[in-house]
Amino acid sequence: MKITQGTFSFLPDLTDEQITKQVQYALDNNWPVSVEYTDDPHPRNSYWEMYGLPMFDIKDAAGVMDTVRKAIAEHKNEYVKVNAFDARRGRQTTALSFIVNRPDPEPGFRLERTGGADRQMRYTLHAYATDKPEGERYHE
Amino acid sequence: MQPINPRASDTTSEVPASEVPATAVPASLDLDQAYRDSQVGEVLAKLDRELVGLVPVKTRIREIAHLLLIDKLRASVGLTSEPPPLHMSFTGRPGTGKTTVAMRMAEVLHRLGYIRKGHLVVATRDDLVGQYIGHTAPKTREVLKRAMGGVLFIDEAYYLYKPENERDYGGEAIEILLQVMENQRDDVVVIFAGYKDRMDSFFASNPGLSSRVANHIDFPDYSVEELLAIAHLMLEGLNYEFAPPAETAFEEYVKLRVEQPQFANARSIRNALDRARLRQATRLFERGGTVTAAELKLIDESDIRKSRVFTASQPT
Repeated sequence: MKITQGTFSFLPDLTDEQITKQVQYALDNNWPVSVEYTDDPHPRNSYWEMYGLPMFDIKDAAGVMDTVRKAIAEHKNEYVKVNAFDARRGRQTTALSFIVNRPDPEPGFRLERTGGADRQMRYTLHAYATDKPEGERYHE
Repeated sequence: MQPINPRASDTTSEVPASEVPATAVPASLDLDQAYRDSQVGEVLAKLDRELVGLVPVKTRIREIAHLLLIDKLRASVGLTSEPPPLHMSFTGRPGTGKTTVAMRMAEVLHRLGYIRKGHLVVATRDDLVGQYIGHTAPKTREVLKRAMGGVLFIDEAYYLYKPENERDYGGEAIEILLQVMENQRDDVVVIFAGYKDRMDSFFASNPGLSSRVANHIDFPDYSVEELLAIAHLMLEGLNYEFAPPAETAFEEYVKLRVEQPQFANARSIRNALDRARLRQATRLFERGGTVTAAELKLIDESDIRKSRVFTASQPT
């Protein structure tokens, strides 16, 4: 199951060229770009690992793409995303965030039901990948 | 370059070969039109206007611009060739306009589409070389990343290489630079700058580097007349004016200053003018009372004559 988080996640995976163009768009807007990765696909997992520091003072996407390629090469079997942060006063938030690499295959989620008092039913999502300990998920 | 998403679909970007129209090769191309379209002439004219003298430099830049434009035209009719090597070395004494020309060069390359952004990143040894093992590579990469899409200007490049110290990390920085200069020619243009003799020995001891730097441009020193013209250009920009006696005083000043050690061409002229402004302000203050707009604009002979250069030349 392909997870859909962040921008463009309902589209087919972006090509190298498309990623470069998106990064350039972010840089043209003065949004510093950073790269993050994780192997926990849960939608509420907001804290991904940072791949290096956010990249400031870069004008051209070629400077960022170096890091993006390295991150993907090092985390081939994990999720890698590119974030662009809008630091303007009053905004100060992630302006663009999209996944550039995902593991293959993605096992997806199971819906868990917990029965409570008065026949109340509580639901939760459980990622199959997280059955294995961190670092061993997505490896055959 | 390998696509980083082998699984990504690229059906949209690929057009079947049969549908690609055969490009008609036009019999002739309008050279003047292409020149106007590229707007390079504007940058070159600006260079002519803003920089006094430097005839050999201007000629070389013009030649390079012409080569690049012709290369573009050749590519447009299918005469493919290796992209021309763009890395350069600017040699000359301080204050001869190396940084300014580098900025214009970045603009020319940007207008012609050889670099995507056209900004100039100035770096010296401090920015590239680290202090301990493993510190140099990330530092150099960081600077290169910032320079991507533009021009990286390495001032006093010979400090990168210190042959007398074999534990110096400068060699590592040079190696990374070489790698990027070779593999990412579309992304960044590197300009090395510094004194002529020291740059020559720097290139002699780094053969890999000198073979990748195609354009060597030497910046000559300015003559006294050129320095005076520069002074006038600067004053105009600052909205000041020489009184006629100050004019002759300044000419004498320049003649004396050129002979003195640590003369830095245009930069020394700028400093001399700044000091003259200082003296003018003091003079007006000490006099007190009212001042007219003309007086505020005028630099007097006494503002120049008080300089250390005149007193030092007399035996004391």
